[in-house]
Amino acid sequence: MRVMAQMAMVMNLDKCIGCHTCSVTCKQAWTNRAGTEYVWFNNVETRPGQGYPRTYEDQETWQGGWTLTKRGRLQLKAGGRLKNLLTIFASPKQPSIGQYYEPWTYDYENLTNAPLQEHTPVARPKSLLTGENMNVSWSANWDDNLGGGPALASQDPVLKQVSDKIKLEFEQTFMFYLPRICEHCLNPSCAASCPSGAIYKRAEDGIVLVDQDKCRGWRKCVTGCPYKKVYFNHRTGKAEKCTFCFPRIEVGLPTVCSETCVGRLRYIGLVLYDADRVLEAASEPDEHKLLAAQRSVLLDPHDPQVVREAERAGIPRDWVDAAQRSPIWRLIHDYEVALPLHPEYRTMPMVWYIPPLSPVVDAIAETGEDSEAARNLFAAIDTLRIPVEYLAELFTAGDTVPVTAVLQRLAAMRSYMRDINLGRDPDPSIPAAVGMTESAMQEMYRLLAIAKYDERYVIPSAHAEQAHSLEELATECSLDYEGGPGMGGSGPFGEGSGPGFADPIAVENFHMLQQRQTSDTVADPSTRKARVNLLNWDGKGRPSGMFPPRDDGDPADGPQLRDAESTGAEVVQPLPAGGSESGPAGTGTAPRSGTGPGGGASPGGSS
Amino acid sequence: MTTSTTDILLWVVFPYVCLAVFVLGHVWRYRYDKFGWTTRSSQLYESRLLRWASPLFHFGILAVFLGHVMGLGIPKAWTRAVGMTDEIYHFLAISIGAVAGISTVVGMALLIYRRRTVGPVFSATTRMDKFMYLVLATVIFTGMWNTIAGSILNLGGHYDYRDGVSVWFRGIFRFDIRPELMADAPIGFQLHALAAFFLFALWPFTRLVHVFSVPLGYMWRPYVVYRSRPDRLGSRASRPGWERSERRPERTGRR
Ligand code: SF4
Ligand code: SF4
Repeated sequence: MRVMAQMAMVMNLDKCIGCHTCSVTCKQAWTNRAGTEYVWFNNVETRPGQGYPRTYEDQETWQGGWTLTKRGRLQLKAGGRLKNLLTIFASPKQPSIGQYYEPWTYDYENLTNAPLQEHTPVARPKSLLTGENMNVSWSANWDDNLGGGPALASQDPVLKQVSDKIKLEFEQTFMFYLPRICEHCLNPSCAASCPSGAIYKRAEDGIVLVDQDKCRGWRKCVTGCPYKKVYFNHRTGKAEKCTFCFPRIEVGLPTVCSETCVGRLRYIGLVLYDADRVLEAASEPDEHKLLAAQRSVLLDPHDPQVVREAERAGIPRDWVDAAQRSPIWRLIHDYEVALPLHPEYRTMPMVWYIPPLSPVVDAIAETGEDSEAARNLFAAIDTLRIPVEYLAELFTAGDTVPVTAVLQRLAAMRSYMRDINLGRDPDPSIPAAVGMTESAMQEMYRLLAIAKYDERYVIPSAHAEQAHSLEELATECSLDYEGGPGMGGSGPFGEGSGPGFADPIAVENFHMLQQRQTSDTVADPSTRKARVNLLNWDGKGRPSGMFPPRDDGDPADGPQLRDAESTGAEVVQPLPAGGSESGPAGTGTAPRSGTGPGGGASPGGSS
Repeated sequence: MTTSTTDILLWVVFPYVCLAVFVLGHVWRYRYDKFGWTTRSSQLYESRLLRWASPLFHFGILAVFLGHVMGLGIPKAWTRAVGMTDEIYHFLAISIGAVAGISTVVGMALLIYRRRTVGPVFSATTRMDKFMYLVLATVIFTGMWNTIAGSILNLGGHYDYRDGVSVWFRGIFRFDIRPELMADAPIGFQLHALAAFFLFALWPFTRLVHVFSVPLGYMWRPYVVYRSRPDRLGSRASRPGWERSERRPERTGRR
């Protein structure tokens, strides 16, 4: 047994409202640069739909992931090592920009500079690749909310697998959103495809990263990843991918997409797994058993033997503790409601999903029946073959049994909790019907419905006992600061060449950020830990905390005025998503509610 | 030995300067600009033409390179010693060389055509790229000319480069250089050699550096690479002389 720790995520699809906040904040943080205009480390797809890049799930075309050879050995679907090397001059299965979309901007200048004319001037779309005028005809979300109708959605490779009858029944359709990031797989085919060995899995937390200094732009990883979550930066000529926001994770903060998720549907935590068993599990011949195989690789963090082995493997004690408190482990193992996306790609993805019950609920609601009664829900799960089969194609390689079981648990929770919420007597037969105890069901409800920030994100910070609070930890730097590589700067050898790339990972200093987010003091220039909120400043006097206190006794300055002002219009720093509950002190993951000297909520508190 | 100053300059000084720039330039570039060390692939923009042109060119030029290793690196005496007559050698060199040369030229022509006509590819082309293409094309065309005009059509009389250019070239590395051999060579060979050495000098400053990244190690390394987070503090490597005193000495720099 070789215990390793893996940072993993679970997304509860029922709660995703398809708002794309996660995509936008991720883009602002990581890919808001020349060369990555078309890149969305996080994207949200409407299913059924083609996804981004278009039809990426059709592995017969794109050849991503792993496959089994005739002799049962695991091999890259794109071919063996030699074939991989011989095709580096023109990667045969790389999606072109057309499969993503041609990035564009608008000629806004024309709106103000156009000469006087009969017609209102327009801002024409201009390609960001050529600078020419272009017709916008596709983007990362062209078929959002089933836009484009059956003509587009029927191209969905998953839908095609389900059956032909779906085309006829498309009017009675269903829809849900699927947010996707890199899966940080246990058996990453991107890393296996990289000829230079530039893509690596971090031994400590399993985050998969591209070493920007070692990447030579062979773009084999783009083909290798079945989820198409490695992108080619066309300006720097290097591959880039989701970093699981590792500079944030290292100091105990959740990823940007999780932090900003409006539905609060993302969970982050550790799982422990047996690295020696990954290959064996990924080579499971029966696709329907891959889910069980993948689950079996994960180790129970409460098992004393596992704890001992983890210690032997050098995993710090607080990481084991975090693995024991991990919401991920509970959702995957205790409640068995989380499923991996496309286990049949055999990469052992580590972003898991709780499949949505909403297609079923919606279907019942349309009939006018009670869509929260357990009886109706169970019957509908059994009869609504198409949504269930579709979900099975996504999460269990087409096996409807596990998906049905998860949906039944979610349905049971729904109707069981309704009784409680309506003040009726809870019906113990409902949890029993899905093999759960009443208390487990209530625990699961708590985790899925009302878990606070520090329950959803159990992230132990990285160990660097000497960490200096003013420097963030980072390994490799793929993404840079203003004027640096990838920010449009151009060195003598083209985009992003030249030294300096080993400099700060991001503009934001993550330790400072965490302190700011978790600090419970108002702005205090003597520590610089909290920030000044000018939104509450009415223009009179000095905004509190802006300047260091003077010690010359000037009554108009200093602490007195600060106190006086803060009772009037308190300065409370904004809270991160995740609410106002105070977490246990010192966990490092809990934001404390910003109660200023006057106590209570402030008008600016949620701005 | 009557070698003019010009000959010394062209056939002794120039090659050594170019080779020095080649070697030192690569060392410098690797240390200064690992981030910029890439193929700068443009496949994302366009792959219909690239799919044919790029392998044609690359496999062609690899064969041409091997041909040069044979032709320049191996003395006549050796091939004779293994029983290969000059006729057979000539026939092999010309036939294999022609195939390799033609695919290189066709591939390059297609690639340059693609670079010029496909909008996104053209706008991603740097000035250095254009200059490099010019020099590379000169080298390839003069080389083709020597093969066709010199060896096949025998224009301007017979010239056996294996007794001239090759001996001079090997002399460079044995520090026993004989510039008079080049001075006597036909103009086509002279131009080819000059352009080639100039390309060597240009090499470290162009995208051609990717040649030295041939990922042969891929054949043997484990599929999935694991690495540890370095215990370095911050993302910035500390400057020499500014290491933190409480820190253990770093083992191997960047891991
Ligand atoms: S999902 Fe992420 S870790 Fe998995 S193969 Fe793709 S890029 Fe690699
Ligand atoms: S922010 Fe949350 S709710 Fe909104 S699209 Fe992203 S995952 Fe869904």
